Amino acid sequence: MNSHFLRLEWKQYFRSSYWQTGIALKVIMVFFALYFLVSFLALGIGSFFLIRKLYPDSDPLQVVNTYLVFAFLGDLVFRYLMQKIPIMNIKPLLILDIKKKSIVHFILTKSAFSFFNVMPLFFYIPFAIVLVGQGYNGLGVTGWFFTMLFLTLFNNYVNFLINKNQKIFFTLATILAALCSVQYFGVYDVASAAGPLFDAIYAEPIWALVPLVLVVLSYNANFNYLKTRVYLDDAVKKDVKEVKSVDLSWTDRFGEVAPFLRNDIRLIWRNKRPRTVFLLSFVFIAYALIFFTQEVYEQKMPVFLIFAALFVTGGFVMNFGQFIPAWDSAYYKMIMSQNIKYRLFLESKWYLMVVMTFVLYLLSIPYIYFGLDKFLMITAGAIYNIGFNSILLLYAGSFNRKRIDLDKSAFANYQGTSATQFIVIIPILALPMLLFWIFKTTISFNAGILSIAVVGLLTLVFKKYLMNFIEKKYIQDKYAAIHAFDQTT
Amino acid sequence: MIQVKDISKKYGTAEVLNVDALEIPTGESFGLVGNNGAGKTTLFNIMLDLVRPTTGSITTNNIQVNESEEWKTFTGSFIDESFLIGYLTAEEYFDFIGDLRGMNKADVTSFLAQFEEFFNGEILGKKKYLRDLSKGNQKKAGIVAAMMGNPKVVILDEPFANLDPTTQIRLKKLVKELTNEKDVTVLISSHDLSHVTEVCERIVVLDKGNVVKDIQTSPATLKELEAYFAV
Repeated sequence: MNSHFLRLEWKQYFRSSYWQTGIALKVIMVFFALYFLVSFLALGIGSFFLIRKLYPDSDPLQVVNTYLVFAFLGDLVFRYLMQKIPIMNIKPLLILDIKKKSIVHFILTKSAFSFFNVMPLFFYIPFAIVLVGQGYNGLGVTGWFFTMLFLTLFNNYVNFLINKNQKIFFTLATILAALCSVQYFGVYDVASAAGPLFDAIYAEPIWALVPLVLVVLSYNANFNYLKTRVYLDDAVKKDVKEVKSVDLSWTDRFGEVAPFLRNDIRLIWRNKRPRTVFLLSFVFIAYALIFFTQEVYEQKMPVFLIFAALFVTGGFVMNFGQFIPAWDSAYYKMIMSQNIKYRLFLESKWYLMVVMTFVLYLLSIPYIYFGLDKFLMITAGAIYNIGFNSILLLYAGSFNRKRIDLDKSAFANYQGTSATQFIVIIPILALPMLLFWIFKTTISFNAGILSIAVVGLLTLVFKKYLMNFIEKKYIQDKYAAIHAFDQTT
Repeated sequence: MIQVKDISKKYGTAEVLNVDALEIPTGESFGLVGNNGAGKTTLFNIMLDLVRPTTGSITTNNIQVNESEEWKTFTGSFIDESFLIGYLTAEEYFDFIGDLRGMNKADVTSFLAQFEEFFNGEILGKKKYLRDLSKGNQKKAGIVAAMMGNPKVVILDEPFANLDPTTQIRLKKLVKELTNEKDVTVLISSHDLSHVTEVCERIVVLDKGNVVKDIQTSPATLKELEAYFAV
């Protein structure tokens, strides 16, 4: 039976849409995966020495131990928000000649290998190896490591139990917040109270059996809970949320594009992936802090300040704009057979990008703190994003031939990505940097900034003509797009 | 009037549709039947300019569909659930289609009122996204949306599939009402021979992309079709 399950898993993984991409994209994905792997390994190996450097008087293992309570509680809160038991996949198995018991064992075992459990190992394993290398007791470290492993798994299973109940979650989140503040304000030193527990396991590795028992108990609790609930109207049920309709009649002032705009707003708010993109664009505002706070960029590489300035207001234009019109791919046929002027469809996307960029610009005003020159850079970047980038991405969108499933998570999701997304980076980011560099070195800093703004303004002036051109391109490519968006891999 | 001229569609070397000539007069209720892969949906897709024909052309009311988009103003259609916007509620979806068809909120409300029986209380006011409705209820919403804005041509692909018996009967009534006026052309494809003979004045049978029968419906039609398909 297990070999059947394993074969299914194997096929599910390698036949998932994730791998149905071009070879170039695969190379990039593998590269990123390796990058993260190496980064985590480096963190795991380096942290021992880092801690020893920061706290030369204390034992790095004990330092880590004191903070483990927070790590595991935080992990649990994070899991509650992100991790769901992968139970929907078992629907086709229910009617087959497979014992319910083994189905439940299967999903529970499978969940042990989830991303959330593997990730921490990239820290714990190298850290443990370094400990042994540094002369720590091998048996003690082994006990400590297994404790970490068991507690991670314990969290994994506890999360599934909590997931059913919001009250428990809020209780846990409150406890974590309370512990953190008690620690922070120095009322009670939680860290040094909890640390010795883990120190004890290092000293007496036999205590690692306690977390093992916890894993077994939490696994059994899940098993007993699910065993009687693998029914379509119980555990194996798709969550149907009740709709909260918000009055969007204020969009009427946009005239003809209003119905499209309303749809786009609902598209963004009611679907996981576009919603994440939307929320991330606010995080992008902070991106420039990395660059503006480092003297080195100002003195040696001012071109990178432009790079950062573009990102401050460009998060939405870049992340949302690059997948136009694939956001609407699920019902593209309907859009194409309805009484719709293509122009209005495109205009509504444009309005959305412009309004959002403007909002992000207003939110970036506090950057004046870093000097007027920085704020002027952001202003020029905003004009460039509103004028040039929005139009360019609309044009680039006509090359999009990849469907997007709105409900998939946005993280590490390459669905909809093709060569287009990489090529447009040149005019979106590199062109303004180049312009700035040329005019700054030949004339002055202000001329450099001005040149970026002028390109944005010029595009804005010729918007009507450019939109005519873009509209034609979209209509011309309509059949190819309809066909491509119909492919549901 | 819809005129189909020398339409063919090839994917690679495989020909999926080949219709020399077909005329559908205004006001006709036209039924299209055929087994899977006969080319029914392809023909509808070409009529809606969603797929380009390899050869030939289709004109509706003297507008060639792949040259002008004017046909969109008088054509309502529902092919499959990809015509629905999953993240909208039924009301929001109808408002959107209504907006496109030049109807205001009051128009939409009074239009929907006449479908109260058809909806059977399962579509409106449910606080559910269309993607969370059952297949049958999604279909109901799509069919009604195709009838918004007084279209002159209504194209429905497999409208009876997934509907419960009561709704099937109500849909047949709806289609008959629509064609009674003699100025709305209704095109329906179906696998259900008895439904389609009941509502359509004329039935065309497609087989592997070719028209093999073109019948004016009479009491003998159902028997004739059943005999044809009982191979």
